[in-house]
Amino acid sequence: MQMRKTTLIAGVLAVASMIGTQSAFSASHMKKYTIENDAINTSLTGKPGDAAKGRKLAVNRKKGNCLACHVISDLKDQPFHGNVGPSLDGVADRYTEGELRLRVVNPKFFHSGSIMPAFYKKSGLNRVIKKFKDKTILTAQEVEDVVAYLKTLK
Amino acid sequence: MKNVKSKRGWKLTSIALGSTLMVGAMAIEVIAKDWGSHEVDGRRSGYTYMTDETRAVQDDNFENPGMLWVENGEALWSKAGANGKSCASCHADPEKDMKGVMPAYPKFDKRTGKMISLEQMVNRELVEKMGEKAEKFDSKKMLSLMTYIGNISKGMPVNVKIDGPAKPFFEKGKAFYYQRRGQLDLACSNCHEDNPGKQIRANTLSEGQINGFPTYRLKWQKPGSVHRRFRGCNKNVRAKPYKAGSDEYVNLELFVKWHGRGLPVETPAVRN
Repeated sequence: MQMRKTTLIAGVLAVASMIGTQSAFSASHMKKYTIENDAINTSLTGKPGDAAKGRKLAVNRKKGNCLACHVISDLKDQPFHGNVGPSLDGVADRYTEGELRLRVVNPKFFHSGSIMPAFYKKSGLNRVIKKFKDKTILTAQEVEDVVAYLKTLK
Repeated sequence: MKNVKSKRGWKLTSIALGSTLMVGAMAIEVIAKDWGSHEVDGRRSGYTYMTDETRAVQDDNFENPGMLWVENGEALWSKAGANGKSCASCHADPEKDMKGVMPAYPKFDKRTGKMISLEQMVNRELVEKMGEKAEKFDSKKMLSLMTYIGNISKGMPVNVKIDGPAKPFFEKGKAFYYQRRGQLDLACSNCHEDNPGKQIRANTLSEGQINGFPTYRLKWQKPGSVHRRFRGCNKNVRAKPYKAGSDEYVNLELFVKWHGRGLPVETPAVRN
């Protein structure tokens, strides 16, 4: 496999500094991450995630809302699992933690045409409504919590 | 009152695979439904994505709650405006004069040099011919008139012109349809072209066809305009919506209507 190493600062500090202090301020709150071998191998926050919190985020319609598009048998107490994406059962057997993290942070890294939103991205978006402008769908720690939960799906 | 029950048959193909090694017989059933006029060249009206119960409500003129709005529109047709004129003063036989109007809008408007939606045309008539105020797209009066005018063309195929002067506006509407927007970064096409029939939690994605508008939405408990629906979709993906009647939405309406070309006018459709 071709070795790929990319350092991204989501929010792009250089651009942010050109368009004003507020953007630069919010960009400074984005956690840096490194993509290596199609994965983000270290925690965005340096701390481990909380799987129990991640499980709640996966259900929460205003947050992770994984159930919108994925079946998760572990959450069969919840009605209505979507089927736009593949089932997440056994997802931890198919991907490493770092691969899961990159898929939550920005699945379009793999497929630019993917319907799945990037949960930790706020730049390069079009006409975001005021309430969500300059915000990521999940915070860095929430990404870690979701990743910790996904790791339990074996 | 017109008979609106469409003929709808069922085609059932079932392939049964039996095996003595299996416990019981495993049956794979491939069900292809014949949607009659509600499907044209693989394009399917939102009607085909609803439950049987919702379809039954639409099909029964006495149960369809949108029919009250049609009746209200019919009554408004002959109601005099501020200057004493009514719609009927110029269009005395609406069942004939308005037939074919709904399937053909939005149209290119020579006066403004851009597309005009049917609501905007109704407003022009209200203001210039009847001395009335312009109505909002989702006012009771506008929805009543739109539902009435639409219902007159019920069953006629959607047929908008996208060539000639309409071409650049069609292209703009098309670009809108395929452009991602909002925090969720979704284009109309991601759901309505790539995934119709799939579930987003409890909601079944449809092709987003607009042949039934104004549509009586059970969630709204009233009919709504196409542009109201566009606004709702845009807000769902956390994008800043445009105003009803904006050029962006009129152009998008032209593209989406063409997307459902040939589908029958169903006004007032009933949807969840």
